[in-house]
Amino acid sequence: MNRFFDIPSDLQHSWLGLIGLHLREALLPVLAGLVLALPLAQLCVRFRWLYPPVLWVTTVFYAIPSLAFFVVLIDYTGQTELTVMIPLAVYSLVVLVPAIVDGVRSVPQETLAAATAMGFGPVRRYAQVQLPIAVPAIIAGLRVATVSSISLVSVGMLIGNQGALGNLLHDAQIYNRPELAWNSVLTTAVLAVLADAALVLVRVLLTPWMPSGGRGRRPKPAADRPEPAAPALKDAAR
Amino acid sequence: MAGSAGSVCQTRRVFGVLIRIDSVTKRYPDGTIAVDRLSLEIPDRSITVLVGPSGCGKTTTLRMINRMVEPSEGTILLDGKDVQQQPVNALRRSMGYVIQNAGLFQHRTIVDNIATVPRLLGWNKHKARARAAELMKRVGLDASLAERYPYQLSGGQQQRVGVARALAADPPVLLMDEPFSAVDPVVRKGLQDELLRIQDELGKTIVFVTHDIDEAVKLGTMVAVMRTGGRLAQFAPPAELLSNPADAFVEDFLGADRGIRRLSFFPSAGLRLLTSPVVAVDATAEQIAARDTAGAPYLLVTDLDGRPLGWSEPGDLTAGDVRPERLLPHGRPFVAGTDSLRAALDCAVLSPTGWAVAVDAGGRVTGVVSQQAIAEAIRGAHAEGRADAAADAKAVR
Ligand SMILES: Nc1ncnc2c1ncn2[C@@H]1O[C@H](COP(=O)(O)OP(=O)(O)OP(=O)(O)O)[C@@H](O)[C@H]1O
Ligand SMILES: [Mg+2]
Repeated sequence: MNRFFDIPSDLQHSWLGLIGLHLREALLPVLAGLVLALPLAQLCVRFRWLYPPVLWVTTVFYAIPSLAFFVVLIDYTGQTELTVMIPLAVYSLVVLVPAIVDGVRSVPQETLAAATAMGFGPVRRYAQVQLPIAVPAIIAGLRVATVSSISLVSVGMLIGNQGALGNLLHDAQIYNRPELAWNSVLTTAVLAVLADAALVLVRVLLTPWMPSGGRGRRPKPAADRPEPAAPALKDAAR
Repeated sequence: MAGSAGSVCQTRRVFGVLIRIDSVTKRYPDGTIAVDRLSLEIPDRSITVLVGPSGCGKTTTLRMINRMVEPSEGTILLDGKDVQQQPVNALRRSMGYVIQNAGLFQHRTIVDNIATVPRLLGWNKHKARARAAELMKRVGLDASLAERYPYQLSGGQQQRVGVARALAADPPVLLMDEPFSAVDPVVRKGLQDELLRIQDELGKTIVFVTHDIDEAVKLGTMVAVMRTGGRLAQFAPPAELLSNPADAFVEDFLGADRGIRRLSFFPSAGLRLLTSPVVAVDATAEQIAARDTAGAPYLLVTDLDGRPLGWSEPGDLTAGDVRPERLLPHGRPFVAGTDSLRAALDCAVLSPTGWAVAVDAGGRVTGVVSQQAIAEAIRGAHAEGRADAAADAKAVR
């Protein structure tokens, strides 16, 4: 059992070090994806015709295997973390853009009309009304993107030890130590669950205005508001 | 509707013209003509109601006033100044806006919702919240709701928040687009009464959109009836609308019982009330006998405080042994003087004896009146109305 955490020295990291590395390689791309998706989604909301092509492009990118990405990128960014993180950031767009677009669009018409009538300009209205109301949908998207990113980092091992915890899989093979593979899989899974739980916590903290405990106490006027797009997004990500 | 059978609709005073809509046309990009050469003079400090069937351009008209929709032709003057020459956000902040379902910001607490426009105008947080608290009281919301979120309020409460939010920066103009149409009739009546009360206190210039003619008649100082295609059918005070509809469309829109509804505008003060058929529950045999001679077919029995208990045939009353449970129900009484002829007639029609019971503000009987006497009063009032109209017509010439 104590061999479980005994990480071969060729990985140049302790177990905790690998975890830190893994989180960085998984989360930075999601963050970059979010920064990219926010303005992109806003453009899609402003100009409706833009949404279908943007969705199409993100889906096509998502369909490209990561290995193909690595082959192309390696000429520019070498065998670095960046080569792993760029495809992950691109993949996250396929969930984040629709999440933000649907979230922003789910803001009720009368809320928008009221904001305009009170003298909110377009920018202020977006930042102070649409975006905050879209937070639940955005976080639902972030959850899917984060979990899938955490599991995808492991493929980085293909380009020479850039897969963080994924590299353990490689070592398990060459040193014939199956417990390292178990370590890789279990640790990745636990990280994913914890990251997901952290995002749920963030959502709860950011949205005290959501009916707590589901739909029980919703009064009439709110009842027909669409739920944030969470379930649909999870389906889309499968 | 029960609500409009109540007290006499007052003719509220009309001041100068604040909003002038001058032959305005709105053509949407798809070619729909939503409003067609509409001209209206919306008087200061009063409620002007835009009413008409769905799609007749009410919302469009309202939104042209605060420039959420820009007119294709014509001008709208606010206090003599063209709204299109004014900075749009400043203009909007000077007008409160209330819509159906309130349109509250679901992510902000009730006080923050109400404080929105003051904050936009740069008030500091403390002052804006203090103002919001003051307005919650004004619209009848309990202070304990301040830190709640909209989902925790009932539809009626949300609508009150909507009104409070519109009033927050004390704008001279209030635009209301079917604000009360998503709540049940009882809550709606409460909100309407509250609006009238607030209006009496604050004297705003209110443009109120509805498709409910009863609401229009109840709230409006002036009522603009619009027809499909965005044209004005009639612009008149509600009493005149009911007595003189301009054409068949308006008459149709007013509904079959406009004659009855018009009675809301006649006070019951002129009714001759009879006190002789009223006896107290402890009356002696002589008193009952004396009442009997009054000629009324029934006697109204009151308790010791003078509140009505019920009707009885004179022969059925035994002094010292009046059992309230054996009396005929007296129905809902009307308040003499405050209530309209419509309320009085309603009481008489609903009463098993055909007589209406009049009470004072404290609920004590001031007399009874028969259907015949009410009918006479109605004829008298109509004759007076015609005489007034004739006098007005002469004065104009
Ligand atoms: N943005 C728009 N583009 C095209 N046509 C529009 C637009 N907004 C409204 N219309 C049309 O203009 C007409 C008037 O619409 P408006 O919303 O002013 O009616 P309304 O009297 O408020 O109706 P309702 O009582 O149903 O609210 C309708 O025929 C409507 O279909
Ligand atoms: Mg409308």
